[in-house]
Amino acid sequence: MITFKNVSKRYQDGYVALNNIDLTVESGEMVFLTGHSGAGKSTLLKLIAAIERPTSGTITISGQNIAQLKLGAIPYLRRKIGFIFQDHKLLFDRNVFDNVLLPLQISNFDNKTVAGRVRAALDKVGLLKKEKAMPIALSGGERQRLCIARAVVHRPSILIADEPTGNLDIEYAQDIMTMFTSFNQVGVTVLIATHDASLLRDTQHRILSLKQGKLAV
Amino acid sequence: MIRAWLTQHGFVFFLTLKRLISTPVTSLLSIIVMGIALSLPTGIYVLMENLSSISGQTAGSPQMSLFLKLDIKKEDIERIKQRMEEDSQIVSFQFISKEAALHQLRQSSGLTDITTSLVRNPLPDAFIVHTLENTPGNLEKLRAAMQSWPEIEHVQFDSAWIERLDALLKLGRFVVLMLTTLLSVAIIAIMFNTIRLQILTKRDEIEISKLIGATDSFIRRPFLYFGAIQGLAGGATAWLIMTLAIRAMNEELVTLAQLYDFDLQLQHLSPSDSISLLLFSAWLGWLGARISVASHLWQIEPR
Repeated sequence: MITFKNVSKRYQDGYVALNNIDLTVESGEMVFLTGHSGAGKSTLLKLIAAIERPTSGTITISGQNIAQLKLGAIPYLRRKIGFIFQDHKLLFDRNVFDNVLLPLQISNFDNKTVAGRVRAALDKVGLLKKEKAMPIALSGGERQRLCIARAVVHRPSILIADEPTGNLDIEYAQDIMTMFTSFNQVGVTVLIATHDASLLRDTQHRILSLKQGKLAV
Repeated sequence: MIRAWLTQHGFVFFLTLKRLISTPVTSLLSIIVMGIALSLPTGIYVLMENLSSISGQTAGSPQMSLFLKLDIKKEDIERIKQRMEEDSQIVSFQFISKEAALHQLRQSSGLTDITTSLVRNPLPDAFIVHTLENTPGNLEKLRAAMQSWPEIEHVQFDSAWIERLDALLKLGRFVVLMLTTLLSVAIIAIMFNTIRLQILTKRDEIEISKLIGATDSFIRRPFLYFGAIQGLAGGATAWLIMTLAIRAMNEELVTLAQLYDFDLQLQHLSPSDSISLLLFSAWLGWLGARISVASHLWQIEPR
């Protein structure tokens, strides 16, 4: 369960990205976050992974207060989360397989099981045949799917996606939404930030909309 | 848990080796620079060790000459012998009678004409004493003690050369220490810069690793391994340089030794000194990397 209580974020230049946010996301829930660019969607997601720290308020994830987490504890929080970044953040000096391997290397997984896990993750996003390819040779949609594979390979309990369908055609976008739904069906809490209204038209999931740093009800 | 930890470290170790090999010229150049820098103090240290082992052979049981008074009697000599046997500082002694001394002089020095023309033996009875002490201060005390015995005319002991050698060795050790300190700082600076450049080129990888849950020690590890391995290789290079230098110098020394009729061969570092050199150079590399990582990693905080 993710809970925000009176959370505000003001950047050093004085810009207020989030203003007094209260919200709760149940574990196993799938939630959409919408709003114009600059409404504070990315900031809210980054606060959950402690990439940004709130100026005030408390954020709790399964009982742990993220706002006051010590620096040394942040890596272990991030290992519980799969984050799909808006700008992908892929490593272009290594192939598809090694990109997906990185989270497992970081969290000290046993060498014998890692290859199987990486291939399972690649299989889920349909990139199994491209495991030797370099990211530079992938299309936009494939890069997005690679990013998803990397986010789920260590089986996180929370999946966060920042504009996952940003520059994709509608069919690709639908594919990717189907993937998120299937992750949610196996119990993963999923948070998706998007400004793409077409994705939200016929969803049964909760939609939170942000306007100038405040939640619009 | 431990196995996971070991595979993790093994993985980083081989990754680091791969990185070193992937840029062979750069790696080789910095290893050679480190090796040359380390071989300077090591070379002087090796010379010092050889010099002090030579002085140790001679000064190991220092020798004093006791000249007795000319009017000495047989029982006085016996009394001195007894006194020396009781003294724990004296390892051994040898009595040389005035007759034996004259005989030796005739044989050795080419002064046969003069010595045969002597009316009476001008030489005193003497003892050659080997002592346990070998520090200049204690030797001087012993000399003074024996000088005070009534039968003794003069105790001759040339401590000056030992003192000179001792002072020279002290100076040499100081030079080694000073060079080691200066060049260590240089090596740390080289490693600092090497790692700084590496961190810059791996900026993306570091940032992404942090974003997906890498601890600081995970991010630091490959750089520390890199520093330690390169330091170790630098130490090994210094050792090899010394091996070649000693071999070349020993060839020259053979000629010199034949001309002066003595046996002198330079010895390489002892096994324990060699291991110390390697460990120290690995530590220097590690330290340079550690300082560099500490001062650069915090700048890469993902936003």
